[in-house]
Amino acid sequence: MISETILNSLRECLGPEKFTTSEFRDNTRIIVAPDALYKTLECLKNKSGFDMLVDVTAVDYLNYPDAKDRFGVIYALLNTANGERLYVKTFLNEPDLTIPSAFPLWRGANWMEREVYDMFGIRFEGHPDLRRILMPPEFTAFPLRKDYPLRGRGERHNFPMITRAES
Amino acid sequence: MAIRLDDNVLVTRLAPLADWLANWGRANSLWPMPFATACCGIELMATGASRYDIARFGAEAMRFSPRQCDLMIVAGRVVMKMVPVMQRIWLQMSEPKWCISMGACASSGGVFDTYAVVQGIDRFIPVDVYVPGCPPRPEQLIQSILDLQEKIRQTGTVTGKEFAQRTAREGPTEVKARPMDLVVAPGDFSTATQQWEK
Repeated sequence: MISETILNSLRECLGPEKFTTSEFRDNTRIIVAPDALYKTLECLKNKSGFDMLVDVTAVDYLNYPDAKDRFGVIYALLNTANGERLYVKTFLNEPDLTIPSAFPLWRGANWMEREVYDMFGIRFEGHPDLRRILMPPEFTAFPLRKDYPLRGRGERHNFPMITRAES
Repeated sequence: MAIRLDDNVLVTRLAPLADWLANWGRANSLWPMPFATACCGIELMATGASRYDIARFGAEAMRFSPRQCDLMIVAGRVVMKMVPVMQRIWLQMSEPKWCISMGACASSGGVFDTYAVVQGIDRFIPVDVYVPGCPPRPEQLIQSILDLQEKIRQTGTVTGKEFAQRTAREGPTEVKARPMDLVVAPGDFSTATQQWEK
């Protein structure tokens, strides 16, 4: 459960009807549109003391029952002073998979956003160094998308064999 | 009483003697390159440590520079980002060199049949001995080193010309069992649980 003062200060920042909330197992989620995302995060950091970005991750809702949007991007925030946690969620659809980077607010967003870009192909505008972080740079697919086959498209075996006579 | 030359002098041809001598030296002083990428590396370390003591077989000199090694032990799963690294390290090792593929993941990908994990390192580098197990026990790794020593003794030549014949991708081949391989410990090992008498 999140206190009402946080939601009120968020309403002041964004305007009253700009976000919705939901609850799941004592976790509060704030769902905003992508264009209000950066302002939400900024407000939560500066006004409500969420000084730590715990995680940035994404979900592909392709073929998910009752899902309206393709991708969800989730920011997990933590107030290190009182231990409050909050999840900010936004939904994206192809072809416009660009959202503002949270790097100006939290430096820790750098590698986490690179990982989301690497796995889902979601681009973060204003990120200082948006390269792949886990997969090799010549990799072209985004492997955690649901339309990517589990065993890949043969990239893992696309290397020359070195025989014993050659080496 | 005439003394024949054959009685006191070992007569042999030079080339087999040179091969035998080289194989004797090579087999008993393998210097492993620990290419340990996952949990098999822990068993590899245990094999090197005092309890199992790989030094008993002359293979204790683990070097972390490929230039000083002649046995690459690939211990653990290899992902596609690691393949060029592995091939480069293999090419940097000086001749003669051998490779042991340790564990299910290095040999076949193991349970990791995903887009990134290579399904067997023998697709990309030549492998001499495969060790099954997840991870293999140190005894198995020691057995693989003994097997490799046997392979070196049986097939090795001083010039290394046996390597030049291996021009294609190789899979595992069956080896002839020696008498020592057929020795089994006494007991009934047909079930995993002990049968207690009532």
